[in-house]
Amino acid sequence: MTDAFVREVSQPERVLGDSTADHSEGMSYLQSVPRRIVTLYVPLGLILLVLLFPFYWMALTSVKPDEQLLDMDTYSPFWTWSPTLKHVVKLLFDTAYPTWLWNTMLVAVCATALSIIASVLAAYAIVRLRFKGATVTGGLIFLAYLVPPSILFIPLSTVVFQYGLFDTPFALILTYPTILIPFSTWLLMGYFKTIPFELEECALIDGASRWQILMRIVLPLAVPGLISAFIFCFTLCWNEFIYALTFISSTQYKTVPVAIVTALVDGDIYRWGSLMAGALIGSLPLVVLYAFFVEHYVSAMTGAVKE
Amino acid sequence: MTDAAIKAKIIAEPSTWERLMTDRNWLGFWFMVPAAAFLILFLAYPLGLGVWLSVTDARLGRDGVFVGLENYEFLWDDPTFWLSVFNTILYTGVASIIKFAVGLYLALLLNENLPFKAIIRAVVLIPFIVPTVLSAIAFWWLFDPQFSIISWTLKHMGLIDQNINFLGDPWNARWSVIFANIWRGVPFVAITLLAGLQTVSPSLYEAAVIDGASPWQRFRFITYPLLTPIIAVVMTFSVLFTFTDFQLIWVMTRGGPVNATHLMATLSYQRAIMSGYLGEGAAISTAMIPFLLGAIMVSWFGLQRRKWQQGADND
Repeated sequence: MTDAFVREVSQPERVLGDSTADHSEGMSYLQSVPRRIVTLYVPLGLILLVLLFPFYWMALTSVKPDEQLLDMDTYSPFWTWSPTLKHVVKLLFDTAYPTWLWNTMLVAVCATALSIIASVLAAYAIVRLRFKGATVTGGLIFLAYLVPPSILFIPLSTVVFQYGLFDTPFALILTYPTILIPFSTWLLMGYFKTIPFELEECALIDGASRWQILMRIVLPLAVPGLISAFIFCFTLCWNEFIYALTFISSTQYKTVPVAIVTALVDGDIYRWGSLMAGALIGSLPLVVLYAFFVEHYVSAMTGAVKE
Repeated sequence: MTDAAIKAKIIAEPSTWERLMTDRNWLGFWFMVPAAAFLILFLAYPLGLGVWLSVTDARLGRDGVFVGLENYEFLWDDPTFWLSVFNTILYTGVASIIKFAVGLYLALLLNENLPFKAIIRAVVLIPFIVPTVLSAIAFWWLFDPQFSIISWTLKHMGLIDQNINFLGDPWNARWSVIFANIWRGVPFVAITLLAGLQTVSPSLYEAAVIDGASPWQRFRFITYPLLTPIIAVVMTFSVLFTFTDFQLIWVMTRGGPVNATHLMATLSYQRAIMSGYLGEGAAISTAMIPFLLGAIMVSWFGLQRRKWQQGADND
């Protein structure tokens, strides 16, 4: 019974979803099929085409042989009958691409873990301990979310230099949390608010400390929120560019986005096949993660906006 | 005797240590320490330092001395700086308006009763998931002066004779980067607005249809007012992130041709990191702050309005 309750609490959307399911039909029966084709399917199809074409083009370019890439008159540019893995092989074995992938993964995982730990503590303190000045602190954290990296990177580069972190992975692991903590704290505050007070009061009466309450009651109930925060932070880390470009100078520590732009492009001879393969493989971990957790991702994105 | 001793022990004053560990305010303080440490060391301090750097003549690898407003005076007479301000405003203005229009339209389409709705919604968000730099590289290739597939298609359709020089001509380059920005931003706007749309009760539309409201009236008098608060917040974020954009421009044009696509962020990178004039770069960054404050004010009033509409204690 407790299990059922916990599940219900941790998935409020599902509970709400059932009660409103009757409306799914809506008023669409009022529209005729031809009308729907013109007003709905055609525009939707066009927008989807524009949104997805670059990915098709990336994928196609990364498997096309070189001579077909540059000769667009003899071969139709939209398809290839002789796909090759040459570009991918070249990328994986002739360049430091695996190292860059590993760097990106390491930085993203460490920065995300640090940020989630800090945000869980901060969000719990703001929402549930309600210490003096909690509301103001919450507001300040929201303001921190609005400070963009592109006005911070110049002073931050001197700070990173002062602390002796320049050109080490720690420069990124320690600076990324400034982007991630405000966002994930804000998101987790929203989740913690949905957990009933009564559960905590029971635990307090039974003699649990605040730390035990957080670890044994609040966190297990906030798992969907934690997953959302984790995925979103991980994506932001993977996407980060300006800090990685500024704070890292040696090729061996670069992350994928920076390395592709700076190290893979040599002079004027663009290796388009390998570049596109690199871009595609670099996006793959995120797309796979996203495919498994679409709902969490969407709730993270919209939750942060709604709160 | 023993009874008294036990009683004394029970009601003994908590030690300082116990106080620090159980008092609400102290506990709150301990819980805030990790987050606060990060945000103070790597956010608040650099933010202040940035303003200080902007009034010094610091170079890369050398501390500066106070020079007053010299950097700002120099920028005031610098046509490149003003060009970057113009570009930033054009980029933000055009991209935000189109992102909003297309995003809202896409959200309305996705809110219809569609087959495979979940899959379509998931697919729409992919441009937002893929790291900006990597999709910018794809656009760089799509906008290649010689091998652009867009030029090729238009040529074969007989619409143009010559390849379009997408990133080599100032105005073409501006429109190209704006297009890439819109491409990346539309999914975010659409999916967040869709979440807002899904909270609008269908009975309102049914009632309006019975009263004889046209589709436009239904949008204008039901959808739009109920969506206003979320639109305010989404657009604030969208404007904020477009205004401070760096990645797309840096990958596609590096600010060229002849500074035609330099935004304030890319110009500050060029001046501060590549040329080493930290003070000047910091002055450009600092000049962005008033615009950001404006965006934050709009966001604040957007949130206030939501509370006013839905009741203040609706968390």
